Amino acid sequence: MAINTIWVYAEVAEGKPTAGTLELLTKARSLGAGTVAAFVVGDAGDAAGALGAYGAATVYATGDLGGKLPGPAGSGAIKALIDAGTSPDLVLFPSTYGARDVAARLSVKLDTTVLTNNTDITVAGDDVSVTTAIFGGNTLVTTKFTAGGPYLAMFRPKSFAAEEGGAGAGAVVAAPVPELGATGAASVIAVHTEASTGPKLDEANIVVSGGRGLGEAGKYELVEQLAKLLKGAPGASRAIVDAGWVPYSYQVGQTGKVVKPTVYIAVGISGATQHMVGMKGSKNIIAINKDKEAPIFGIADLGIVGDVHKVLPKLIEALQARG
Amino acid sequence: MNIVVCVKQIPDPASPGALDPSSNTLKREGKLVLDDTDRYGVEMALQLVAKAGGGEVTLVSMAPNGEVSGMREGLAMGAAKGVLVSDPALKGSDALTTAKVLAKAIQRAGAADLVLAGTESSDGYTGTVPEQIAELLGLPSITFAKKVDVDGSTVNVQRQTDAGYDEVTSPLPAVISVTAGVVEPRYPSFKGIMSAKSKPVDTCTAGDLGVTPAGWDGAGQQIVSVIAAEARAAGEVIEDDGEGFAKIVAFLENLKVI
Repeated sequence: MAINTIWVYAEVAEGKPTAGTLELLTKARSLGAGTVAAFVVGDAGDAAGALGAYGAATVYATGDLGGKLPGPAGSGAIKALIDAGTSPDLVLFPSTYGARDVAARLSVKLDTTVLTNNTDITVAGDDVSVTTAIFGGNTLVTTKFTAGGPYLAMFRPKSFAAEEGGAGAGAVVAAPVPELGATGAASVIAVHTEASTGPKLDEANIVVSGGRGLGEAGKYELVEQLAKLLKGAPGASRAIVDAGWVPYSYQVGQTGKVVKPTVYIAVGISGATQHMVGMKGSKNIIAINKDKEAPIFGIADLGIVGDVHKVLPKLIEALQARG
Repeated sequence: MNIVVCVKQIPDPASPGALDPSSNTLKREGKLVLDDTDRYGVEMALQLVAKAGGGEVTLVSMAPNGEVSGMREGLAMGAAKGVLVSDPALKGSDALTTAKVLAKAIQRAGAADLVLAGTESSDGYTGTVPEQIAELLGLPSITFAKKVDVDGSTVNVQRQTDAGYDEVTSPLPAVISVTAGVVEPRYPSFKGIMSAKSKPVDTCTAGDLGVTPAGWDGAGQQIVSVIAAEARAAGEVIEDDGEGFAKIVAFLENLKVI
């Protein structure tokens, strides 16, 4: 099946396409398809310009969901377009809460497989293959779609660099949500935003993450203090998120955020597979851990085998002294 | 209130994973354990049933080799019974086939008010199965739940988002995937472990459920290569002698980030 039309599941926040959306549009442009389009579950608003600049000639948009969850609404709208004769050959999804639900429901509606957690894609003639990293990123598995399309593939954040290069604003086409029946019965009644100051975790130039080695929830303050001094963002391992020390939005790893900062400082983190997947793309890694056998030292550029409760306060003091 | 919990039995994560060279899929031989991620779903279900003042928790699982030891861990926590779909023909199933099998198994388990699952397994982590099950059963779903309350025939959930969380409400029945940390899973008691051995596990095949196993050929995907990723070399590792912090300062200075 030749790949003539590629859709990117596009997400818009505060009127702008998200970073993950622009990464996928950039990649879609490079795959040699005749048409690249964006599919927005929600209101495309002013985003058609930016989506077009990154390659989306057409912007399909469902319009405001009115509190409906994206999974059933988005998959229903895409299926309706396909049934009406407007079908993509390949759909690229970012790894987000909403996109995951849409891809999952769409795979059932189309009775086709969906491949998730990918970091790369190649199109060679009729063959479409995606690559995913397993075992903490030390093995790369490439999988080819073998049944009929549309092919559904989901990608980890930061798998591709985002670059402008398209044309003018994408033409917005309405993609109405059909009647959903019982599947659409869940609705959002309130939205809560957890306050955060400083740079965003997945955009920060420096990330300081804490783990179990901090010993107790109260000590996480040291991580926040260090991150603030370095104008970076504080992060966390899954262990301390599960333990309730910090909110989930702090989590770096397979089920959390993927970060690729200039400097990543792992404090009291042993380096579980789940964590390493989310940070091993950092340009420079510093690890502080009392266990010299900790796997994190295997990928750290600078490893300090020591007590975080001794090293961190001195480090903070030294940085404060520099003003 | 009757709740079905989807559980997965996986190779012990404590031992390093390996691929079967003939199929390039994860080796799943020998004893399997209950995926830690699923303990949260089992615990959540037990608490909701207790709060509702009646009903029972049923576990459903799929395994190619009839393995039941992981499921017994969930029964030891307090689940009443299990449905195990065991069929060698299911080996190599993709997430969609897995969801089809589990959806049928959930129906076989009896009318459920609520279906719970983890967000993703610790070995395959596709992360799509709960939502696929909901679509197959024609039910609403709320994924990534970090808090779940049932009030009569309504379920109220705090759903994880990038920015914080959403409050989501849905009528029952519904499918909900819970994040790790939604509740603190209990340790099975000795009595629980003993009684789990005699709890009923209904073992059936894909054929019994009316599902045609897709296996390798029908998965719609084929692994074409497995290679080692470029390794990241370890740098300098030093023992802290009280001056370790200075090494970090020098490192940061060198990168011109301070």
